[in-house]
Amino acid sequence: MSSSPLMELKDIHKSFGNVDALKGVSISINAGECHCLLGDNGAGKSTFIKIMSGVHQPTKGKININGKEIEINNPREAIDVGIATVYQDLALIPLMSVSRNFWLGRELTKKVGPVTLMDFEKCDSILMSEMDKIGIKLRDPSQSIGTLSGGERQTVAIARAVFFGAKILILDEPTSALGVYQTSNVLKTIERVREKGVAVVFISHNVSHALAVGDKFTVLSRGETLGTAKAGEIDFQELQLLMSGNKELSELKK
Amino acid sequence: MSDDVKNNSSLRTNFRTVMLRPDLGAIVGVILVFLFFFLVARDTGMFSLEGSMNWGIVSSQFIIIAVGACLLMIAGEFDLSVGSMIGFAGIVIAVTSVVWGWPVWLSIISAFAISMAIGALIGYITISTNLPSFIVSLAFLYILRGLTIFIAIISTKKTIIGGVTEVAQDDWLAPIFGGEIFTGVFQWLAEQGMIQTFVAGTKAGQPVVSGIPMMMVWALGLIVFAHFLLTKTRFGNWIYASGGDAQAAKHIGVPVNRVKILMFVFTAFCATVFATTQVIEFGSASADRGVLKEFEAIISVVIGGALLTGGYGSVIGAALGAVIFGVVQQGLFFIGVESSLFRVFLGVLLLLAVILNTHVRKLITGAK
Repeated sequence: MSSSPLMELKDIHKSFGNVDALKGVSISINAGECHCLLGDNGAGKSTFIKIMSGVHQPTKGKININGKEIEINNPREAIDVGIATVYQDLALIPLMSVSRNFWLGRELTKKVGPVTLMDFEKCDSILMSEMDKIGIKLRDPSQSIGTLSGGERQTVAIARAVFFGAKILILDEPTSALGVYQTSNVLKTIERVREKGVAVVFISHNVSHALAVGDKFTVLSRGETLGTAKAGEIDFQELQLLMSGNKELSELKK
Repeated sequence: MSDDVKNNSSLRTNFRTVMLRPDLGAIVGVILVFLFFFLVARDTGMFSLEGSMNWGIVSSQFIIIAVGACLLMIAGEFDLSVGSMIGFAGIVIAVTSVVWGWPVWLSIISAFAISMAIGALIGYITISTNLPSFIVSLAFLYILRGLTIFIAIISTKKTIIGGVTEVAQDDWLAPIFGGEIFTGVFQWLAEQGMIQTFVAGTKAGQPVVSGIPMMMVWALGLIVFAHFLLTKTRFGNWIYASGGDAQAAKHIGVPVNRVKILMFVFTAFCATVFATTQVIEFGSASADRGVLKEFEAIISVVIGGALLTGGYGSVIGAALGAVIFGVVQQGLFFIGVESSLFRVFLGVLLLLAVILNTHVRKLITGAK
């Protein structure tokens, strides 16, 4: 009972018509912890994070934040309680500048006479220092997001979510489309964010990426939780085994 | 040594920045077009005050509709009903003022209100059905044109309604669209002998150019407003985002639907400005006015460097695209080239612009 979990999801069910996507999933998420949600394609990972981020509402089940039961009816409400989601490919707009992207929807403004303008000077200088902190060297704040690498884009998206006060950061397959070097950069970013006390929910089907940063591992399979393990209690082989539905990969090859 | 490298790379950055300006192509285009006609048509009077006024007015007409189409295209949508909207708004003004006897100011305000409401409707249908705006506005191209002719026929049995000049005589709003400004300055310049005056006829003694037509003032005003809105305000940021990636923008909390609908309303506003200036200037409205204007607006915007897919473009570029349009159309007339060749030129220019823009897009997004 050292500290109550930041967010708890209990016995979450979700059905789409006749299809039961989730059949009773429970996890609890603590501040400063990286909780990895593992599972094969179709295991229910994305439905589950969409419930966390307010895109879907559960058919049954409870969601607690700081011990209080709440409902999350839309993405806006999720953001209001500090839940931010960085989607794999929907995070940023490639044609727009890094600065315009970073501040999108929360632009800093200033009054000039009767009109309200974007305060580009302030936006740019805060952006540059935030990017510096998280280890991205920008040529200038007006360069387009499209000129950044995939890993850098993920990092910018994460930095943005944390800057705007995310307490629970959901990362949807942030490394699945990246090379080795870029993956290690994103994993470093996750570590930095966690050190700030942010709870990270890391969705992946890559066990080695998860093991590199995870504190806890929950494996989903066919809409159910197969269990949660702490780092050190479980190894690569066992996780891989759980994810593949109790069949050894070597067995599958036969 | 390291300083050299730094300078070199910052130089390259600047070069890149310049190369990636959306309006670069239009700037180069305008320079080339002016250079060409200056060399070829210098002696035709094209660049005299009177001649300049000629292509200046035509360019202003293109600018007014291009500005609306530009913001809408950056927001990721098209409006093919612009031309029909021009005809429709003109007939609304003429029928209500001449046939029904409303005061002209009320007719003009009503035309704006109705057009902008239809613009909002086109936007609303596009958003709520998730259909491409291309198709929805194409439907309205026909609906509005048909209604325009229908209204004109049932109320006057004609497709051209005249007599607006007479009823607009002492109206307070009509001069905002059809008048001229700085007439005193031009009169003074003529008295000083700096502007030619008419030597014969009823206008003898008056300057050949009597003032700056309100159409030019509207064009300039719309450029300044739209450029400012797009590049300097948070709403402008939302316009880029709505066209760049509507889904991502929604996730971050941008009111994408509202932005898009407002841009349809703005496009309708611009079409009505165009319609009103023409009705007041000619003193009549014609049900077939504005045909093909939607495409001319879109072409100006594309020449101006905007991407057809949305999210990228420039109001200044679109305005320069419109100037290229106006100068070439009138310039060919000045040098006595068969005017049908204008369309050939336009087609080629459009093709070149789209190819260039697609290339630029690849450079920005890093796509292969």
